[in-house]
Amino acid sequence: MNYTEKVMDHFMNPRNVGKIEDANAIAEVGNPSCGDVIKMYLKINGEMIEDIKFQTFGCGAAIAVSSQTTEMVKGKSLKEALDITRDQVADELGGLPAVKMHCSNLAADALHQAVKTYMKEHGIA
Amino acid sequence: MERIYLDYNATTPVRPEVRDAVLPFLNKLFGNPSSRHLEGRQVKTKIEAARAQVAAAIGADPERIVFNAGATEGNVTVLRGYQVNYKEKKGRNHIIVSGVEHPAVYDTAKKMAGEGYEVSFVPVDGEGNLDMAFLKNAIKETTGLISVMTVNNETGVIYPVKEIAKIAHEKGILFHTDAVQAIGKMPFSVKDIDADFVTLSAHKVYAPKGVGALYIKKGKRLDPLLTGGHQENNRRAGTENVVGMVAMGRALELASGEMAADRERIGKIRDAFEARILAEVPHTRRNGGADNRLYTTSNISFRFVEGEAIQLKLDYHGIAVSTGSACSSGTLDPSHVIMAICNGDEEEAHSSIRFSFGKYSKMEEVGYVVDRVKEVVAQLRSFSPLYDKFMNSKPK
Repeated sequence: MNYTEKVMDHFMNPRNVGKIEDANAIAEVGNPSCGDVIKMYLKINGEMIEDIKFQTFGCGAAIAVSSQTTEMVKGKSLKEALDITRDQVADELGGLPAVKMHCSNLAADALHQAVKTYMKEHGIA
Repeated sequence: MERIYLDYNATTPVRPEVRDAVLPFLNKLFGNPSSRHLEGRQVKTKIEAARAQVAAAIGADPERIVFNAGATEGNVTVLRGYQVNYKEKKGRNHIIVSGVEHPAVYDTAKKMAGEGYEVSFVPVDGEGNLDMAFLKNAIKETTGLISVMTVNNETGVIYPVKEIAKIAHEKGILFHTDAVQAIGKMPFSVKDIDADFVTLSAHKVYAPKGVGALYIKKGKRLDPLLTGGHQENNRRAGTENVVGMVAMGRALELASGEMAADRERIGKIRDAFEARILAEVPHTRRNGGADNRLYTTSNISFRFVEGEAIQLKLDYHGIAVSTGSACSSGTLDPSHVIMAICNGDEEEAHSSIRFSFGKYSKMEEVGYVVDRVKEVVAQLRSFSPLYDKFMNSKPK
């Protein structure tokens, strides 16, 4: 299966790339040896994700899911962010090639890790 | 905009002269070469002429050439069929292959290792050169076959096959070389190398896919994979791929005549391209030594970015290249070849791009390709967490 038009759009024009200098939640998942590393920077205010940016080392799919995930959670609550699944991200993109579903679809993991760490640090249940 | 194809090691377009040569066989010359009537005899004559053309390209006698469906079939036939040459047969179940073979050899050997064969993989150094001491030390009483490719498909590194054939023969061991990337591109003589088996393919030399050939030295045999017909002198059953054979013969005939000029012209383009990339794109590494390499190939790792992403972006800009990264291959493992050269550094293997040049490459394209590579790598690095980490860890 080839990449969908939407995957290619996010890959060629990734949204929300880069770092947030005053981020208050950061998480990195993946490993260079697997070919994918995704790092998410979040600026959380109260229980809202005010801003989110990413850095990704990886294939087209890894970059597209990162970009797509940031779009899905910007301005959303922490709870809404935790509800987002890998599959939802893939569905939003019109699907991913089967071989990419596991190795490159890591953005939701990075997001969840960042949000959970933040919640723990701030005593949010 | 016209596409710039830089993936000639993967496959080549069929050249017009080859297309013209096969057209009659898609038209009036349709007979089965095994038939005794005129239709059959006419075609039989032509495939024997094609056999002679292929043989001439590697300095062999025509009857030593067995046509088949391509290099994968050729390689697998050798690995699966060499034992028939030994009286003790199954006693010679140790094979030695290089760690950078094409998957048709590498993966087949791995599979055979699970089926009662013993396999030694010879490692390479950081320039892609074979560890000859390892190879010599691996030889034992039960060794039946040594298989080392003539030119590596991913890096272009050239291997000392003549020397290895000599080492094998001194110990009474058969020697096979997959010469797919060498044939038609550099001088290659089976008599000089003294190989027992040589794998050839047509689609790397401007002929169609789905046809290849094996050279089998006089006095040697291979247990055929395909049985049930007398074709190819009982060495490979199945009605002949007439179009493929005629095309392969013509393509190799043309290649032999053009080899010296190609080497000069294509080599200059490759060298100009590679020199600029290595000088103008920081944090790059050439995979394969500078000198002992075929003039067609440049394999570069672009640190901190992943190969498939580079490949996709270049494709968007009209440039076709390939990558050793796992992420474009349908498997999850990066290229075992680049891994071997990168000393197991998977990040560098994932970051590798192969640019392979050929007959229709033009010097005028180099500037555009270099500019796009610079731009694409810079874009991808701008949001690479690995690049960010590297830049921030440097002393200011």
